[in-house]
Amino acid sequence: MKDFAKSFARNRGAVLGIVILVLVLGLTLAAPLLFPRSPWSIVQRPFLPPLSVPGFPLGTDTLGRDLASGLAHGAYVSLMVGLISTVVSLAIGVPLGAAAGYFGGWVDDGLMRITEFFQVIPAFAFAVVLVAIFQPSITSIVIAIALVSWPPVARLLRGEVMSLRTREFIEAAELSGQSGLTIIWRQILPNTLSPVIVLASMMVATAILTESALSFMGLGDPNVMSWGYMIGAGRTVIRQAWWISFFPGLAILLTVLAFNLIGEGLNDVLNPRLSKRRS
Amino acid sequence: MQQSQTTAAEMAATPVLSISDLRITLPEGADRPYAVDRVSFDLFPGRILCVVGESGSGKSMSANAMMGLLPEGVRAASGRITLGETDLLKLPEEAMYQVRGRRIGMIFQEPMSALNPLMRVSAQIEEVFEAHGLLGPAARRARALELLTEVGLPDPERAARSYPFQLSGGQRQRVVIAMALALEPEVLIADEPTTALDVTTQAQILELIQTLQRDRDMAVMFITHDFGVVAEIADHVAVMQLGRVVEEGDAESVLTRPQHPYTQKLIAAIPTLSARGDTAQARAPLMTVEALCKTYTLGGGLFRKVKRVEAVKDISVTIGRGETLGIVGESGSGKSSLGRCLVRLQDPESGRILLEGEDMAALEGKALRAARRRVQMIFQDPYASLNPRIRVGRAIADGPIAYGTDPRQALERAAELLEIVGLGAGAANRFPHEFSGGQRQRIGIARALALEPELIVADEAVSALDVSIQAQVLDLLAELKQSLGLTLVFITHDLRVAAQICDRVMVMQKGRCVEIGTGAEIFETPKDPYTRSLIEAIPGRAYEAGRA
Repeated sequence: MKDFAKSFARNRGAVLGIVILVLVLGLTLAAPLLFPRSPWSIVQRPFLPPLSVPGFPLGTDTLGRDLASGLAHGAYVSLMVGLISTVVSLAIGVPLGAAAGYFGGWVDDGLMRITEFFQVIPAFAFAVVLVAIFQPSITSIVIAIALVSWPPVARLLRGEVMSLRTREFIEAAELSGQSGLTIIWRQILPNTLSPVIVLASMMVATAILTESALSFMGLGDPNVMSWGYMIGAGRTVIRQAWWISFFPGLAILLTVLAFNLIGEGLNDVLNPRLSKRRS
Repeated sequence: MQQSQTTAAEMAATPVLSISDLRITLPEGADRPYAVDRVSFDLFPGRILCVVGESGSGKSMSANAMMGLLPEGVRAASGRITLGETDLLKLPEEAMYQVRGRRIGMIFQEPMSALNPLMRVSAQIEEVFEAHGLLGPAARRARALELLTEVGLPDPERAARSYPFQLSGGQRQRVVIAMALALEPEVLIADEPTTALDVTTQAQILELIQTLQRDRDMAVMFITHDFGVVAEIADHVAVMQLGRVVEEGDAESVLTRPQHPYTQKLIAAIPTLSARGDTAQARAPLMTVEALCKTYTLGGGLFRKVKRVEAVKDISVTIGRGETLGIVGESGSGKSSLGRCLVRLQDPESGRILLEGEDMAALEGKALRAARRRVQMIFQDPYASLNPRIRVGRAIADGPIAYGTDPRQALERAAELLEIVGLGAGAANRFPHEFSGGQRQRIGIARALALEPELIVADEAVSALDVSIQAQVLDLLAELKQSLGLTLVFITHDLRVAAQICDRVMVMQKGRCVEIGTGAEIFETPKDPYTRSLIEAIPGRAYEAGRA
């Protein structure tokens, strides 16, 4: 573990990613303390530029809502949707991929056809349709994102498991009387952990983007302030009041960047051969 | 070239290439500071220097230093490598291009990975000329064909058009040799060139290298771990241990009068081809194999014909309780397929495997699991056969736990087993990567023993190990067999190893059993011509006869 932290810290980008993520997390936790009022409440004159009035460092939006407050409360939605939808899609993709890779034959054929069915539909369009059907809410957004993003997980797992399946230690486990499920759970899955972790960190970033895009299109949860909604609301007045779209956009950019940097860093640490080549 | 003929005798006295006081540093954190420590040796034209040593002794490192191909983080700290007048260590990278291939040629251990799988053989040889800007396209092609003829490929024209995967291992190695010789180098480095080959092919390649070297008056540095090969071809020998040359001299004196204890140990560890005294006793049969067949079907689809490979053809054999049955054969003889059928890692197509009357070949599901407990396997590759993420003790205990033993009890037993195979109970809490190859193979043995089987199939269980380690593991197996009353099926390509531990030996060729008999019958009075050709191909037989 110590070695892990050490070699992770050697990657400056990854450390920067962690720093940004910690700041965003801090912002999320501190939001109710810093901005106790609802981010939806109108508190000042509309179109207030940043730093023009004390107490409103980022200015206000078209209706006079505090942008800083919206940003802080919106962080919660972005992070939560990103993390939970990733966990859900791992929960779908990992078992499916592992089963397909381990059992092969018709199990593999069947599961992979299902995976392909999900893959042939453009992910974002599919997510839009799902949210529209289920009524926009945090839950439906999480489910929609998870449903469109599990196929790559299943594919990755299938490939990893297929290559591990032929290794001698799996044969040895089979010979020693362990059942298929035990072998998958105890022998194979721990060995697929590193690529899955790396993929998951990238998936969180994509999920945050998808959630923003959905909110931007007006398909966000109407009761929750989110970054995507803020950009969407400010888009018509972007030439008069750039800051309304700019700050939430910057927040999305930084958060997604942070997850990508962390993913890269994890990849370097978990695939030592790659990182050696780079240095 | 002409000059070398006129003054051949004189030239023989001056080395073409000499390494003096070479020191290669390893990156920090390696197990020793120097990969190669103050090593000196000379290569003379027309002579073969064999560099012998076990894995990690630094023999390949010194060869790589000569080619300027040291891996990253490893560098030559001091010393000189002089080729003619130039010190190769001081040469800039561009100048090294002119040395590699043109003045020093190299042959690698694994011909498949030394060749580009997507390029035809001829193109790969032509590329050597192209890289050095020699000859026109037509002349290159003609020269490539000449070289392929020279290295003794049957039907060189067809070989020139082939892709590497269409050739056999021996043929590929011949192609690699042709490439190395393309620019008529003065020095040839051969890094374990025959290790991946079968005995009969190995004998042919050794002969080829020797002929080419004599015809061209080349200096050859031949790296090997096999003293049999040394006895076959070496003029000079340098024995390396942990980065140092511990003994050096002409082949005869090193082989017959080794001075350094390490050399003596290495030579003593070579198994000899004399069968064990223990002849066929009347034994109760434990496993009876009847007319076993296994066929692989490859490819096949809507428009392709199914290709069938008959790996095991009609094998019948009885394995007596407490006996060691050896199965020997070259790669592709079906010996591993047979072994895997015996433990049911593969399903045989027809035939029966009777384990005391119960047909294992027909069992499925629960009944198979119950029967499997009695037949375990030791795998070839000690690196691949242990899960890198599971602690050794747990890996051994996993089997009994799967059969319902209480985990705590199983772990205690695992510690005992580790003690028995000579690793100590403390090993249980460590991960596989903390162990050396030989130690891992001991763990593999402990794992096989954990289920208290009656029959153990050992598939090339010692092939990946150095000779001295090999000897230790073989001793351990023999000892365990005695004390636990095990029955062993020992699959190997190495006839010496088979001779050392097997009561009876079965020789396989192309899926069939060509001969079966006691060790003495097979090794002393082989009846089948194939068995005879295998025995004749073993390197260093004359030397061994002299030693006995």
